[in-house]
Amino acid sequence: MTRAAVITGVGVVAPGGIGRDAYWNLLSAGRTATRRISLFDASGFRSRVAAECDFDPVAFGLSSREVRRMDRAAQFAVVAAREAIGDSGIELPVSDPGRVGVSIGSAVGCTMGLEKEYTVLSDSGRAWLVDHRYSVPHLYGYMAPSTIATEVAWQARAEGPAALVSTGCTSGLDAVGHGVQLIEEGTADIVLAGAADAPLSPITSACFDAIKATSPNNDDPAHASRPFDGRRDGFVLGEGAAVMVIEEARAAQARGADPYAEILGFAGRSNGFHMTGLKPDGREMAEAIRVAMGRARLAPPDIDYINAHGSGTRQNDRHETAAFKASLGHHAYATPVSSIKSMIGHSLGAIGSLELAACVLALRHQVVPPTANLHVADPECDLDYVPNIARERRLRNVLSVGSGFGGFQSAIILGQPRAARAAA
Amino acid sequence: MSATGIRDERPRALVTGIGVVAPTGVGTRQHWESVLAGKSGLGRITRFDPSGYPVQVAGEVPGYDEARHVPGRLVPQTDRFTHFAITAAQEALTDARVAPSALPEYEMAVVTASSSGGTDFGQHEMERLYQKGPSWVSAYQSIAWFYAATTGQLSIRHGMRGPCGVLCSEQAGGLDALAQAWRLLSSGSRLVLVGGTDASLCPYGLVAQMATGSLATTDDPARAYLPFTTAARGFVPGEGGALLVVESAQSAHQRGASHYGELLGYAAGFDPRPGSGRPAVLGAVIRRALSDAGLTPDRVDLVFADAHGTPDRDASEAQAITEVFGPCGVPVTAPKTLTGRLYAGGAALDTATALLALSEGIVPHTAGPDRPAPACDIDLVLGQPRPTRPRTALIVARGHGGFTSALVVAGRHRGLDRGVTSAEVTSPVKGIPA
Amino acid sequence: MPFTEAEVLRILREVAGADEQVDTDGQDSSDVPLNELGYDSLALLELAARMERLYPIQIPDSDLKNEMTPREIVAYVNARRAEARA
Repeated sequence: MTRAAVITGVGVVAPGGIGRDAYWNLLSAGRTATRRISLFDASGFRSRVAAECDFDPVAFGLSSREVRRMDRAAQFAVVAAREAIGDSGIELPVSDPGRVGVSIGSAVGCTMGLEKEYTVLSDSGRAWLVDHRYSVPHLYGYMAPSTIATEVAWQARAEGPAALVSTGCTSGLDAVGHGVQLIEEGTADIVLAGAADAPLSPITSACFDAIKATSPNNDDPAHASRPFDGRRDGFVLGEGAAVMVIEEARAAQARGADPYAEILGFAGRSNGFHMTGLKPDGREMAEAIRVAMGRARLAPPDIDYINAHGSGTRQNDRHETAAFKASLGHHAYATPVSSIKSMIGHSLGAIGSLELAACVLALRHQVVPPTANLHVADPECDLDYVPNIARERRLRNVLSVGSGFGGFQSAIILGQPRAARAAA
Repeated sequence: MSATGIRDERPRALVTGIGVVAPTGVGTRQHWESVLAGKSGLGRITRFDPSGYPVQVAGEVPGYDEARHVPGRLVPQTDRFTHFAITAAQEALTDARVAPSALPEYEMAVVTASSSGGTDFGQHEMERLYQKGPSWVSAYQSIAWFYAATTGQLSIRHGMRGPCGVLCSEQAGGLDALAQAWRLLSSGSRLVLVGGTDASLCPYGLVAQMATGSLATTDDPARAYLPFTTAARGFVPGEGGALLVVESAQSAHQRGASHYGELLGYAAGFDPRPGSGRPAVLGAVIRRALSDAGLTPDRVDLVFADAHGTPDRDASEAQAITEVFGPCGVPVTAPKTLTGRLYAGGAALDTATALLALSEGIVPHTAGPDRPAPACDIDLVLGQPRPTRPRTALIVARGHGGFTSALVVAGRHRGLDRGVTSAEVTSPVKGIPA
Repeated sequence: MPFTEAEVLRILREVAGADEQVDTDGQDSSDVPLNELGYDSLALLELAARMERLYPIQIPDSDLKNEMTPREIVAYVNARRAEARA
């Protein structure tokens, strides 16, 4: 019998909204959380805006040792995981911890910690032969991104398969997809799946400045992230985490859980074209969408909302619009599409999970979050992007897509829980 | 059909190509000859002057000139860890005699393990940032350092447009990537280019590794990495790794490709937090892997150990092996004493070595150690290789933090081999709990 | 000091490497578009950054395109330098 995966708990650390409720509050109100960068002195940089989390780790329950040991991304992941676990109602540890897995995504791992320590050990870059005597004991934990998964595994007392999925900007979708694989194949019954990134650090800002990918709209930070808008000029870096508890559907039902949603389809493709460039036809994203729909046994009219990658670069939004048309045909014009990066920026590997969390909450509330800052039409982007104001809509099945450096293209479809209903 | 496309019947996963870049040599043949000869690739670090550091010994890839081994355009936009992978991938594809352009693009994928990413590239760019300013950071920093760099570049280079992936579980990553490749063969892919490489022997990389306290501080390369002995004082880090071509039996059959062996079973788990009072998961993971392979312990002819090289970890590994196989119940070896531990490259290289051993009928020895410590009641293969024609091997890998993976592989000459026929392209359903 | 096509090609080789099949030393590369020489958008960004540092000039985002040839880039840079001196 096929095993299905349902989402029973959600935890979020997001710009403008830490915690599930505050997050949905922000999204449904169409508020933006982009502002002038405050986490470091950005005065020498081309793009000086970002979506930052107002995050006091101690206020969110981390001990001083945890704060000392963990990079900010790991802190986000742990806080989000704790909220998700609490939300799911699962008592930890479970009777067989070997059946609990972890699949966390991150594009840039512990960059903040790694860079900060570098400045000390190298004396701000003066020494190629860095001075090991200034090294902190957990420095290696910053170099290996897998430590983020380790911290979540410790939270969940998980002894099953654990991994850090790092496929660039699709990490957040791919980590959840990987978690579903673990459940479907039978190696785990519960998976803590999600993603975290805290990239707001000089080296990351500089690298996106170098390729002019981020918005230089520094004079109007609140409106700098403008996906699908005719004036869009790049993405706005963000940070955050979302972690979900996903469970085997029948087991979840047996313990009386009330799942938010079922993961109906997941597929990935790669454009095999260029590390950063996208072809205007969006064919590989279209293919990922098609395969995900096929796996979900759904047709284009069954998709009630598309949560777009919508990073706000000129090329992405055009690429993606083409992909929606290619995969959904004329139904693309009848399906609302929105990009929440307009509100919470682009947190690289984390964003896919934040977007899935938004989809889960959208399904729960039957409301489509808007694309903020959308005022000027672009003839190449002519779909319904739900400009500025959230919209009530009957939502049965929701599609979330992502696209990332390296050519990764991913698609996940969430819907009302099916398998448990069928078994009932 | 399932949400991720995984079908009930798991196809046989054959390894049809191998490519190696390691301290034991550039190229599979060079690597295997070094393994047979017990020729160590460990030595004093040459890529920078290590004399100011307590760790001075590492496994560096000898005679690797990226100008010769990597297309010119790719050299400046990728880090050394990706250079190694590009070279190894080319060898693996050539070895497998596959022309990717002749296969359906969406049915091929790339999955790599990553651990520290583009460490050297990153240190250079951070230096420029802090010494000269943000505008000096390269346009390639955004694609060279991140963990997905190799998978992205290989996907582009070879036109593999299927579901590509990157898994980070430190030293266990290579086995997890192989398992992921197998999952992809079960869900629509016919061929996966899979493995991992690491290159973190730059000063910042080395200093970060030193923070674990597990690196050997002995100056003498011959005495630095002696796992399972009373002289064990840590491991030596190394650079390099391996890429393999893994295909469904059906794909290999259609192409008339020969194979080294196949994947039989896999399992992964995560150690409980230190201080929790719960046991490490290695023994349980090994048992699950054997069960997944449909093998009892007596059917395993060889174990490639994780060989952390620190007394506690060696003892816990030996204990787990002994619990499953009995004291000295199976030959155990760690050719990684010749290369050091290669993090993202380590488990992929171990798997490559295991398949070479099985296909050549030879159990490679562990160069360096003279006899196992009393706490390590294992049949450690010492002195020289044993030509005992092993047919199956278990590869164990443990990643920093608790990642624990085990993979069982069989050589093509299993005693059962009748060649690949179309009737044999799938194997029975793996045990799914009711 | 004049800025030449050879200099453009030298910088490109340094920052972005060169394909073995393409002989960027030859004179005939001066009139070959950069993308045909195997240089993509990232190479162009690196070239622009280098030129901005060599001669303090500002190169607005979309001025350079990789359909341009080394000769056209030289003309562009020299024009920018003249403006800066004026």
